[in-house]
Amino acid sequence: MEEPIGINKFVFSRESLKKKFRLSEFLSEKIITGVAFLSITIIVLIFFFVFKESIPIFQSKKKEIAKVETVQKQEQYGTDSSVATNLSGQEQYGVTGTDSLMTENQILEEDTVVHGSDEATAKSLMGKQWLPVSDNPRYGLIPLFVGTLKITLIAMLFAAPIAILAALFSAAFAPHWLREIIKPAIELLAGFPSVVIGFFALMVMASFFQNLFGYDGRLNAFVGGVAMALAAIPIIYTITEDALTAVPRTYTEASLALGATRWQTALFVTLPAATPGIFAAILLGIGRVFGETMIALMATGNAAMIGINPFESVRTLAATIGAEMAEVVFGDTHYNVLFLIGSLLFIFTFSLNALAEFYVKGKLVKRFQGKQS
Amino acid sequence: MKEIKIKTKNLSLYYGAKMALNSISLDIPEKEVTAFIGPSGCGKSTFLRTLNRMNDLIPNVKITGEVLVDGLNIYDKQIDVVNLRKKVGMVFQKSNPFTKSIYENVAYGPKINGINNRKKLEEIVETSLKNAFIWEEVKDRLHDSAMGLSGGQQQRMCIARALAVEPEIILMDEPASALDPISTAKIEELIFELKKKYTIVIVTHNMQQAARVSDLTAFFYLGELIEFGKTRKIFTTPDKKHTEEYITGRFG
Amino acid sequence: MSRRKSITGGLFIGLTAFSAILIIAVIIILLVVIIIGGKDTFSWEFLTAFPEDGMMKGGIFPAIFGTVLLVLIMSIAAVPFGTITAIYLTEYAHEKSILAQTIRFAVRTLATVPSIIFGLFGLGFFIKYVGSGMDDLFLGGQLKWGQPNILWASLTMALLTLPVVIVSVEEAIRTVPREMREASLALGATKWETIKRIVIPGSRSGIMTGTILAVSRGAGEVAPILFTGAAYYLATLPTSLSDQFMNLGYHIYIMATQSANVDQTLPIQFATTMVLLLLTFMLNLTAVIIRSRLRRKAK
Ligand SMILES: Nc1ncnc2c1ncn2[C@@H]1O[C@H](COP(=O)(O)OP(=O)(O)O)[C@@H](O)[C@H]1O
Ligand SMILES: [Mg+2]
Repeated sequence: MEEPIGINKFVFSRESLKKKFRLSEFLSEKIITGVAFLSITIIVLIFFFVFKESIPIFQSKKKEIAKVETVQKQEQYGTDSSVATNLSGQEQYGVTGTDSLMTENQILEEDTVVHGSDEATAKSLMGKQWLPVSDNPRYGLIPLFVGTLKITLIAMLFAAPIAILAALFSAAFAPHWLREIIKPAIELLAGFPSVVIGFFALMVMASFFQNLFGYDGRLNAFVGGVAMALAAIPIIYTITEDALTAVPRTYTEASLALGATRWQTALFVTLPAATPGIFAAILLGIGRVFGETMIALMATGNAAMIGINPFESVRTLAATIGAEMAEVVFGDTHYNVLFLIGSLLFIFTFSLNALAEFYVKGKLVKRFQGKQS
Repeated sequence: MKEIKIKTKNLSLYYGAKMALNSISLDIPEKEVTAFIGPSGCGKSTFLRTLNRMNDLIPNVKITGEVLVDGLNIYDKQIDVVNLRKKVGMVFQKSNPFTKSIYENVAYGPKINGINNRKKLEEIVETSLKNAFIWEEVKDRLHDSAMGLSGGQQQRMCIARALAVEPEIILMDEPASALDPISTAKIEELIFELKKKYTIVIVTHNMQQAARVSDLTAFFYLGELIEFGKTRKIFTTPDKKHTEEYITGRFG
Repeated sequence: MSRRKSITGGLFIGLTAFSAILIIAVIIILLVVIIIGGKDTFSWEFLTAFPEDGMMKGGIFPAIFGTVLLVLIMSIAAVPFGTITAIYLTEYAHEKSILAQTIRFAVRTLATVPSIIFGLFGLGFFIKYVGSGMDDLFLGGQLKWGQPNILWASLTMALLTLPVVIVSVEEAIRTVPREMREASLALGATKWETIKRIVIPGSRSGIMTGTILAVSRGAGEVAPILFTGAAYYLATLPTSLSDQFMNLGYHIYIMATQSANVDQTLPIQFATTMVLLLLTFMLNLTAVIIRSRLRRKAK
C-alpha cells in the first residue's frame, strides 16, 4: 500500500469539522434564488407597466384643469359638442358619430382634439366605432372584441377537432413509426414563425379560398381564422396527446378485456378520461389565437366591422396594437387606449392559463388518483 | 479490541412517518472491516448512509439519536457536512463514475480540495489507482472516458476516486453486488488490503462475502439490529435464533 | 361484432388518420409553396447584398444581419438567466414550496403571454422607463436610449424566450442521474461545486437545445419588435446598441402589406420568407433531434 500524499491534513476534531462559512456557496445560492425570482418579477412588471400606461384614460381630473379654457370655448358653440366634458352631451357620442362629424370638425379648435377628453374616452370605449385617428377620435372596443371573438371561433372550429382527432390517432391508432413522424412534424409546425404563416395566408390561402367560395374581399375573418388554426393546432395537439398518453393503461386494458375494440376503447374510455387535459389544450389554443398579432395583421383585412358574416373583414385587439402603436404619439389618448387593450389581452390570456392550470390539472390528477373531485 | 471509530447511540430514522431504523446502538472499531447483513429492505443501506449524512439529501427524513465519529456527534448543528464527507468516503452499490475521463474522475476530489498543481494531481491519481488495484489496467488510457471501463473496473475506479480524498472511513454499499465472480474477488482482495489504513464498513447481501472479508458482522432485520459481534462467532455460534435462521438460509 | 359497428370503427379511425395526414399535408404544402415561390430569387447574392431601388431589387443582407444580431444579444441575456432559473427549480427549490410553485406558474404564464404584450412591455418599460430614465440621468434629457433600438428589442425578445430556455434546461438537468450528484457530494463537494462540475456539464445538450429553440423563436417573432427597434429600411448596418435594425420577419410583414408595389416585389418576398422559414426550420429540426436523443438517454 503506497503512502498517501496528505491532502486531507486534518483529523476528526471539533476544529476541523466545525461548520464553515463558504462564501461561494452562500453567494451562489442567493444569486440563483434571486435570478429565479426574476421570472415572477417580470410577470408582475409586465402587468404593472402595461397597465400603468393605460391608466391616464381613467384619470380625467388632472387634465381637466388644463382644459377649462377649452371647455369654455366650446360652450359658446353649444352643447352638441360631444368632446366637451359636459356629461349629458357624451351619450350621443360614438353612436351618432358620423352624423355629427361634420359639425364637430367645423366647430372644434385644434387643441381640443389633441388633448381630447379622457372621461369621454373612457365612455367611448363601450362604443361601436373604432376611429382612433379621425379628427374626432372614437375608441369603441366593441368591434375589436367582436372581431377577435369571431376569428377565435373560426380558428377553434378548425383547429380543435383536427388537432384532437390527430392526437387520438397518434396516441391510440398509429403504428409506432408513424407516430415518430407525426409528433416531431407537428412540433416543427409549432416552430413556424407566425409571420410566415401570415404571409402564406395572405399570398396563397386568401386567393385559394376566394376562388373556392367566390366572395369579394380577399382578406377576411375566415382566411385569418384558418391561418390561425395552423398556429393553434400544434398547441392543442401536443397537450391533448400528452393527456391521452397519460391515461393509465389499466383503464384501457380493462375496457379491452371486456371485449371492446380498440376504437371503442379510444373513443369511450381514453378520450373521456383525458377530457380535463383536452379542455386545457383548447383553453391554451384559444389563448394563442386571441393574442396572435402577425397573422391577424396580414390575413384579416383589418377593418373594424361588427357582423356575423365570416367572409367579412375584421380587426382584432392584438392586430390593432400592432398596426397602430408605431404611429401614435407617446402619451396620447390613443397610446393609452392601445395599452388598455394590451392590459385586457394580458388579463384574458392570464386567466385562461390560470384556469387551465389550477382547475383542469387538479381535476386530471384527482381523476387518475381515483379521488372524487 | 481496537479503538472505537464510529459509535451510534439509539439511532432511529424515519422516512416521513415510516420508521426505517429502530434505535440502533453499535460500535465500529478502527481499521477493521465491519459487515452489515440482513434481508433486503431491512435498513442496511439506510444505516450506512446515516454515517456520512447522505440521508440529509432525502426530503422528509427524520433522525433521532447520535452518531459519534471519534467521539464527535456528526449530527451536531456545528458539524460541517462537507468536511465530514471528506473524512467518511463512500462507494455505492451501482458504480457511478462521472461522465468524464478516468483521470478527471479520480482527480475530482483533490481538485475540489483546492489542489490544482498538475504534477501533484497526477501523483495523487496514480497513487489512488494503484491503491485500488486498477493502475495497471488503466494507466495507458487515463484520458479515456470512464464509461468505457467494465463494471468491475468502474467500481474499483470509484474506490480509487474515494481514496484520492484520503478519507479515514470508507463506507461500501454492496460494492460487488453487480459484478462477476472474478471482479468480486478483486474487490474483496482490495478490501483486505485497505483495512490496514482505513476503517471499512460494508453492506453485503452475500453471506460468504461477509464471512470472507469482515472482522465483525451486524445482522439487521426490519430496521432493528438483531445481533452484532465477531464475524467468526456470528457465523458459527450466533446467540439469536433469527440470526442463525438467516445465516443458514432458512429465510431472507 | 356487428358489421355496422366495425364499419363505424373503420370510419372513425379513418377520420383520425385523415386529421393527422391533413396537418402533415398542410405543413408540406406550406414548405413547398414558399420554396417554389422563392427559389428563383434565392441566391448567394440575395443573401449578401443590400437592397436596391427602394427595396424593389437587391438582397436582404441587412435584414439577416439585424436578425442575427438580435438573437445574439437576446441569447446573451436569456440563456444564462434561463439556465440559472432552471437550476434553482431543480436543485434548490423544494418541489412543493410556494416559491417554487409560483415561479413555475410564472414561467408557464410567461410562455402564454401574447407576444405583442412583450412589445408593449418593451415600449413601456425598457424604452419609456429605463431608456428615458437613462437619458435624463446621464445625457441631461437628450434623446438617445429613450427610443426604439436593438438593445431594447433584444431584451424584449429575451423575456419572450426565457421560458423556452428554462423548460429545456430543466428537462435536461433532470436527466443527470441522482447517483452522480451523490458521488460528488460523497467526495466532499459542496452543493454549488456539484452543480458547477457535474450538473451543468451534464445538461450541456439541454442548454444547447434551449438556446437553439430560443434563437429560432427569436428569429421568427415580429410582434415584440414592431415598435421596440425594428426598422423597414436602413442604409447602414447597426453599429451601436442604440441603433435601430432591420429584421427578416419585419421585412416580410412590411413588404407584403405596405410596400408601394406588392406584386413587383413578390419574388423577393417569397425568397425572404423562404430564408426565414428554412432558418427556423433547420434550427428547430436540430433541437428536435438533440432532444429526442436526450429523451432516449433518459430512459
Ligand atoms: N428514500 C426513501 N424513502 C422512503 N423509504 C425508503 C427510502 N429509502 C429506503 N426506504 C425504505 O426503507 C427501508 C430500508 O431500506 P434500505 O435501507 O434501502 O434497505 P436495504 O439496504 O437493507 O435493502 C425499506 O423498507 C425501504 O423501502
Ligand atoms: Mg441496500
